[in-house]
Amino acid sequence: MFFQKEIETAPRSEIEALQLNKLKALVKYCYDNVPFYHKRLTEAGVTPDKIKVLSDIQYIPFTTKDDIRDNYPFGLFAAPMKDIVRIHASSGTTGKPTVVGYTREDLDMWSDCVARLCVAAGATEDDIVQIAFGYGLFTGALGLHYGLEKIGATVIPTSSGNTEKQVMLMKDFGTTGLVSTPSYALYIGEVAERMGIHTEDLKLRLGLFGSEGCTNEMRDQIEARLHLFATDNYGMSELVGPGVSGECQLRQGMHIAEDHFLPEIIDTKTGQVLPHGETGELVITTLSKRGIPILRYRTKDISRLNYEPCECGRTHCRMDKIKGRTDDMLKIRGVNVFPSQIESVIMTIPQIAPHYQLVVDTNGVLDTLEVRVELADSSLLDRFSELEDLKKTIHHKLQTVLGINCKISLLEYQSIERTAGKAKRIIDLRNNGRII
Amino acid sequence: MEIQQLSIFLENKTGRLSAVTKALGDGDINIRAMSASDTIDYGILRIIVDKPELALEKVRDAGFTASLTKVVAIGISDKPSALGQAMELLRDHHLSVEYLYAFTNQEHLAYVILRLDDNETGAKVLAQNGIRVIAQEELGTI
Repeated sequence: MFFQKEIETAPRSEIEALQLNKLKALVKYCYDNVPFYHKRLTEAGVTPDKIKVLSDIQYIPFTTKDDIRDNYPFGLFAAPMKDIVRIHASSGTTGKPTVVGYTREDLDMWSDCVARLCVAAGATEDDIVQIAFGYGLFTGALGLHYGLEKIGATVIPTSSGNTEKQVMLMKDFGTTGLVSTPSYALYIGEVAERMGIHTEDLKLRLGLFGSEGCTNEMRDQIEARLHLFATDNYGMSELVGPGVSGECQLRQGMHIAEDHFLPEIIDTKTGQVLPHGETGELVITTLSKRGIPILRYRTKDISRLNYEPCECGRTHCRMDKIKGRTDDMLKIRGVNVFPSQIESVIMTIPQIAPHYQLVVDTNGVLDTLEVRVELADSSLLDRFSELEDLKKTIHHKLQTVLGINCKISLLEYQSIERTAGKAKRIIDLRNNGRII
Repeated sequence: MEIQQLSIFLENKTGRLSAVTKALGDGDINIRAMSASDTIDYGILRIIVDKPELALEKVRDAGFTASLTKVVAIGISDKPSALGQAMELLRDHHLSVEYLYAFTNQEHLAYVILRLDDNETGAKVLAQNGIRVIAQEELGTI
């Protein structure tokens, strides 16, 4: 099923021709309307007339989160405020938030993109979908909200938190779809179990998860606990919110809405564009946005692009699930460690709960990594050695995957904080207790 | 003849013992014997109670990972060499003790809780050689 079949299945040559036309217009639009871009483009010598082919994009300077912050609140807006009909902002845990504005056309494009990914994931007008993302300045909730309404699904804006009520409504309303972060989905499952509600008896069938990374192993856990088909989607408020990409039912990568978002993969260190198929930092240019157009945004997310047409019929390229972020990649004793690698191991060990926390510290000379997990299996309490064996097993599996030694801490069940939003999984004590 | 022991996973941090004992107290459960050791990060708290099933429910409700495991309880005289005899019997039958803890009562009796590598055989050997092996039902009265 498709929401906008013609564009979603257009031949690559057509997509690229459209992208080139839009890119030319976009560079001109930014150059003419945003002093920041006017200066940047002029300094780089990339005036609008210089864009002849798509690969000319490589000459355009990158835009970063700091650029948006430095122009707080509305410095990067290209449309006059009378045309802006909505404002969102990122959480801004450090310093000022990043603010984005949408014109009416932007909102329409945004809800189209979300509608596409919902349909691609299998949502229909018959679905009753509970949105357990926090409503407010955060783009996640309203993004999915409008997209799901657009396909005619029944939207229940429960927002995040109040988990027992979420479960009650799921049961009473016959909710078929859930929108939340992957970690909150797992928590909802735990709460349902505690309430004595069997999730297999609920009508839940589809999960549209996003706003934090989710390994396949974590997805398997969510499916086993909530008895639904789990899909992953991707976006960020600087680009539009959710809607940049999403998985179809084949789940072989997330289809990027390429008519609105032009992706590139770059080498984080050098900034050079990498050839197709290589893994690196995802950079996105918004091709259609009018409120706050963004040229070559450095997402800091690590992924890979696949331009092979998908068996589902979609021709828009697919990005791999996010492997990690360039700024949450942990460098431990010189070895790069992605939390997602640790997650994929933890999720396959049934004796522990699917929640974890990583503590990075230094003993003065060497970095240390502590992996905190919770014991969930009560059948290991006959002998102390059974717990030690479990610890050794986890240690061994992690060492095999990461190539470094780490300390395993077995904690009591539910002692790691559960959140209704993005899980806080990394405590880096080397940087004054930064929590990512 | 084995009895049920409540085994609770505990992190080594302040207040956890208090949380367990409160859960048991609120459930009107009487502790007959208990054992905890000085492990580094976590350990298993082992408790003999009068109502094991109810106790398990109470501590699980309080959020603990817990289960009922099997141990052998024996009653011997509270005098020198009594425990030695029991240990010799086990040794002679090639049985080893994984852990044990003991308590005495005012009637000069000592009770020893044993986790043997083979509880069932151990209980049989001890009983056949005149050592009193305590049944679950007796726990309320000792």
